[in-house]
Amino acid sequence: MSGGVDSSVSALLLKEQGFEVIGITMKLWSYSGIDNRIQGCCSPEDINDARRAADQLDIPFFVLNLENEFRSDVVENFVKEYLNGRTPNPCVWCNSRMKFHYLIMKADELNADYIATGHYAVIKKNGSGLVLKKGRDGMKDQTYFLFNMPLAAMPRIIFPVGGLLKAETRKIAKEHRLMIAEKAESQEICFIPDGDYPKFLKKEKRMPDMLGEILDSRGNVLGYHHGYFNYTIGQREGLGVSASGRMYVVRIDPEKNTVIAGTAEDVLSKQLNADGINWLVDPGRKKGFRCNAKIRYRHQESPCTVELLDNDRVRVDFDEAQRAVTPGQAVVFYDGDVVMGGGWIE
Amino acid sequence: MRKIYLDHNATTPLHYEVYSEMVPFLEKQFGNPGSIHWAGREARKAVEDARDRVAQSLASAPEEIVFTSGGTEANNLAIFGVTDNSPDSKKHIITSAVEHSSVLNPIKLLESRGFEVTYLGVDRYGMLKSEDVKKSLREDTLLISIMHANNETGNIFPVEEIGQIARERGVIFHCDAVQSFGKLDVIPSRDNIDLLSISGHKIYGPKGCGCLYVRKGVGILPVMFGGMQEKGLRPGTENVAGIAGFGKACEIAIESRRELSVRCGKLEDELLSGIFKSIQNVCLNGHPSRRISGVLNISFEGVESESVLMNLDLTGIAVSAGSACSSGAVAPSHVLIAMGLPQDLAESAVRFSIGMNNTSEEIKYVLDILGDVIPRLRRISPSYREAAAIKRG
Repeated sequence: MSGGVDSSVSALLLKEQGFEVIGITMKLWSYSGIDNRIQGCCSPEDINDARRAADQLDIPFFVLNLENEFRSDVVENFVKEYLNGRTPNPCVWCNSRMKFHYLIMKADELNADYIATGHYAVIKKNGSGLVLKKGRDGMKDQTYFLFNMPLAAMPRIIFPVGGLLKAETRKIAKEHRLMIAEKAESQEICFIPDGDYPKFLKKEKRMPDMLGEILDSRGNVLGYHHGYFNYTIGQREGLGVSASGRMYVVRIDPEKNTVIAGTAEDVLSKQLNADGINWLVDPGRKKGFRCNAKIRYRHQESPCTVELLDNDRVRVDFDEAQRAVTPGQAVVFYDGDVVMGGGWIE
Repeated sequence: MRKIYLDHNATTPLHYEVYSEMVPFLEKQFGNPGSIHWAGREARKAVEDARDRVAQSLASAPEEIVFTSGGTEANNLAIFGVTDNSPDSKKHIITSAVEHSSVLNPIKLLESRGFEVTYLGVDRYGMLKSEDVKKSLREDTLLISIMHANNETGNIFPVEEIGQIARERGVIFHCDAVQSFGKLDVIPSRDNIDLLSISGHKIYGPKGCGCLYVRKGVGILPVMFGGMQEKGLRPGTENVAGIAGFGKACEIAIESRRELSVRCGKLEDELLSGIFKSIQNVCLNGHPSRRISGVLNISFEGVESESVLMNLDLTGIAVSAGSACSSGAVAPSHVLIAMGLPQDLAESAVRFSIGMNNTSEEIKYVLDILGDVIPRLRRISPSYREAAAIKRG
């Protein structure tokens, strides 16, 4: 329970369905001395909200201290990825490691049969097995963040609000007078509540100001920057270069500390490779198969052909060029509503 | 669900006689002790009667008792009360690494303001040696603050010897007796204790009330300012009902101390021998004998205390582990770490603290549950399986 509407209503629905529900908040990060008005998930206020929701539902509630696990499995990877010139997606790791690994271990310890979260996604029987499907609310579908769940964990996961629209979830919260019914959505990365990730990197890794060049594709110097890790592919703001027309980050070279900028056209590409693929549906031994792929959470999924390079590596060819294919982000494959799997853009 | 409470070092249930003592002041006798009319007189009488009772229970004089909101406030008043009133030439404080946070945190603040602090360590049994206090004394030592009994292990510290040392050297000695009062003899004048803190809710009294004993002749300054209540050392209208209940609780604590000790000691033996008999790879944290009766701090190798706590809670058994941070998450205990316990054992420690109303039958139930929970947790704990495999070779 994060202290938000979705997980609180999830607990409520399960209780109504007759489950014996135990509320858990995972304390993942210490927010010391930050502005109380900035909210990220699992801040002290959020933990208190979760506790108050559990009080209202009259279920036992515990706070689990998983700060060390979060730091080693999520935050360190996050920092490393940026330093490698990539743009990480910590929410995917957080789900697969914190929720579908550590929380399931805790569930074992508590003799619990299932874990449930407030994600907008659906796990459904399909023939003899289970499949992960998009949530009913198209705007809220969170399967992009869930593709990396271990297949073995699937039978033990419940998404109680996956079949609801967000508005319906809120309505249920209001009808039951849950105190968090009107609470705002959490945004940004939870451990960087102000969204300023370069500041976070500087603090975490004591990254110095690293003056470097902003180049165009032919190697001409367009301007200067204060560290390649401040940039992400497709970024327009903060380049401050003098060139005719709008410029975007096209490539990042961490070794030379350079940022390569180009036009809107330069950030388009039709092809990508991805590794660390987690298959939720067996792709078979097909040479290439057709599906839709999503290359970031807010990306409009796009038709493509996926070719297996080896078991956990693929080549993806889009029918149409896509904007800002970003190394470090996930690519997730869909067959209609069914999540086939996904991996990490190289 | 059956409910068994084994966390009496955290707080105790209110004794029914204490409750009865408080009721009139929550109903008809609502006066302010500072008022000069009949209503005030009634309330004032209650406060002074309670002061007599508390004083008697500490073998001290009523004018040596300052009512506070509890142990934390008493500790703060003692520490800041002395240091605020100290000459500039005295800048050294001696305390231990295993004090309660309401002693450690005020002293850390003073350290940041220029005081020099010696934090005495403890041995692997959590014991503190009075010679270490002696060795740490300096010309400019102002204050020694050492607890009587430790809240997490139940260990009893040699306060008589420390009092002797302090008196010989003219150093002020504050003793946090929150966990020992009602379980051990606490006689500050005999033990050369200048300042002593006790708390109501640890002795079957109400929460929000306690006191600081201030030996006659020891000058301290207030930490809060306002009216002249408690001779100006604790301004603010008195918590009359709480004070009345606290007074009664002190009286009962002295009357029932021996009986309670015997009773808790017996149950503690049953619990300890039961655990050692039925569960392997456990260790007792704390001194084998110099502990207050009824407190058991035990590490169950290979399982996290958090998991034990939750499992016991879900079966109705209330125990504690380490220190809960404000969010409610469990953090390893600074006391166990100071004892040199390895991190993993500190993280698998559970504290059972037995009280007045516990029964043999309850202990049997707890042993049954533990006998089920601990092996089950170990079966699914990768680290325990690994360690067991290494042991087997």
